Amino acid sequence: MSEQKIKIRVPFINEETEHFWNATGEGKLLVKQCADCNEYHYYPRTICPFCMSDNTEWKESPGTGTVYTYSIMRRVPVPYCIAYVTLDEGITMMTNIIDVDLETIKIGMKVKVSFVDTGADCALPFFTAA
Amino acid sequence: MSIRGKAYIAGIYEFPGRKAADKSLAQLHGEFAKGALEDAGLTYADVDAYYCAGDAPGLGGLAMAEYMGLKLQHIDSTETGGSSYVAHIGHAAAAIAAGKCNVALVTLAGKPKSQRPGTPRGGIEHDAPEYGFEMICGPRVVNMYAMAAMRHMHEYGTTSEQLAWIKVAASHHAQHNEHALMRDVVTVDDVLSSPMISDPLHRLDCCVITDGGGALVIVSPEIAKTLDRQCVKVLGHGEAPKHLDGGRVDLTYTGAAWSGPKAFEEAGVTHSDIKYMSIYDSFTITVLETLEDLGFCEKGQGGKFVADGNLISGVGKIPFNTDGGGLCSNHPANRGGMTKVLEAVRQLRNEAHPKVQVDCDIALAHGTGGSIGTRMGSATVILGREDS
Repeated sequence: MSEQKIKIRVPFINEETEHFWNATGEGKLLVKQCADCNEYHYYPRTICPFCMSDNTEWKESPGTGTVYTYSIMRRVPVPYCIAYVTLDEGITMMTNIIDVDLETIKIGMKVKVSFVDTGADCALPFFTAA
Repeated sequence: MSIRGKAYIAGIYEFPGRKAADKSLAQLHGEFAKGALEDAGLTYADVDAYYCAGDAPGLGGLAMAEYMGLKLQHIDSTETGGSSYVAHIGHAAAAIAAGKCNVALVTLAGKPKSQRPGTPRGGIEHDAPEYGFEMICGPRVVNMYAMAAMRHMHEYGTTSEQLAWIKVAASHHAQHNEHALMRDVVTVDDVLSSPMISDPLHRLDCCVITDGGGALVIVSPEIAKTLDRQCVKVLGHGEAPKHLDGGRVDLTYTGAAWSGPKAFEEAGVTHSDIKYMSIYDSFTITVLETLEDLGFCEKGQGGKFVADGNLISGVGKIPFNTDGGGLCSNHPANRGGMTKVLEAVRQLRNEAHPKVQVDCDIALAHGTGGSIGTRMGSATVILGREDS
């Protein structure tokens, strides 16, 4: 769990995403893979957006990937780095890069998931340098 | 069925102010509608179709039809953010061609600059399926576009100097627009030395925030013939949403890559026929990616294309946003699609400012809505002079 001071926003959770967020509370990053077409997708859905199969399965991701792109938001009290990270499974997710010197972040940088506790039985799947 | 030549833009109106604190939202829509109808020589009573987007109050078209006393036989509230009003032109032209209506009114209004703090934004944002996964990350309008710019720079070597040229060109045009919010001509250095908001976008890479809006009236060829006003022919239209595609994210292109070719095909024209273009300019990167996607240059060559004043009227190859665009003049309600069409109509009517007017028989207007960093609407229209 991260100790860095960042703005923690408790996620909005619904019936379809509850399982994902419960797993974050246990330090697990879950992604969805279609058992029919084998494609991963993100954000997780019940029905595969690539083949319309409802045979999608939760898979635990190792949580490793690379920075696809990022931007440091500077005109705020505490600057932060928003990013898209491409997981090794091939899907890209919106996240934050944390616990690193913001000026050292680069596209292509290897990162790994680092959960930030929300105090609400779930955690934010952010990333830090691998 | 093609809409080519099946509909005409007969009237336009742009609110000249940039603050509208003393007016209600419905009042703004109603006044802009009146302005566009009077420009066409028509009245509320002539309108039989109404188009609006998420900026309209209440139940949108229903609320505004009642407010204006419209008796309608066609209504469309397609909401694709700032691109909505460009899409509406295509929808209205198709409806007119299908015989569903004859006089279509499109309005846009908002007051982000003077809105009271705490005013509900409306909408059902929390129900959006992506909401829980994205709101935790602190997405803002600017850092979403910034991520697209960062990736474009990485893949194609695009530079901040090249992006800055887009603002420079807009400012050269805005100096002639007495209503523009920012009329000072700026240099590349001015852009680069303005505060970094969200890397790599500086303050001057961003558009202005303004109240106001505008309206336009689209009519059938039969109605157009009866009007004294010079009308503008709708030649072609294309639209396409683009999104994150289940996690197959590519932020280096926009939906213009799909909407543009459709509009060109329907219009039956090529890029060299376009004498003026209104390109959605929420940020400099929005213009650069859109120009590539519309095919005005090769993918990745947008930086070279916009550099050295190439978008400045009378200087470069093809002028863009001769009213100063959203980058310098007006971005009412944070939705720039309407004003893109309005300046294209002015160019075709020979009513742009003399310093920026070009000999224009065919023009293109492109709208972008939502965010090129996530999910976006793209809509392209190609318009011609009445005799085109």
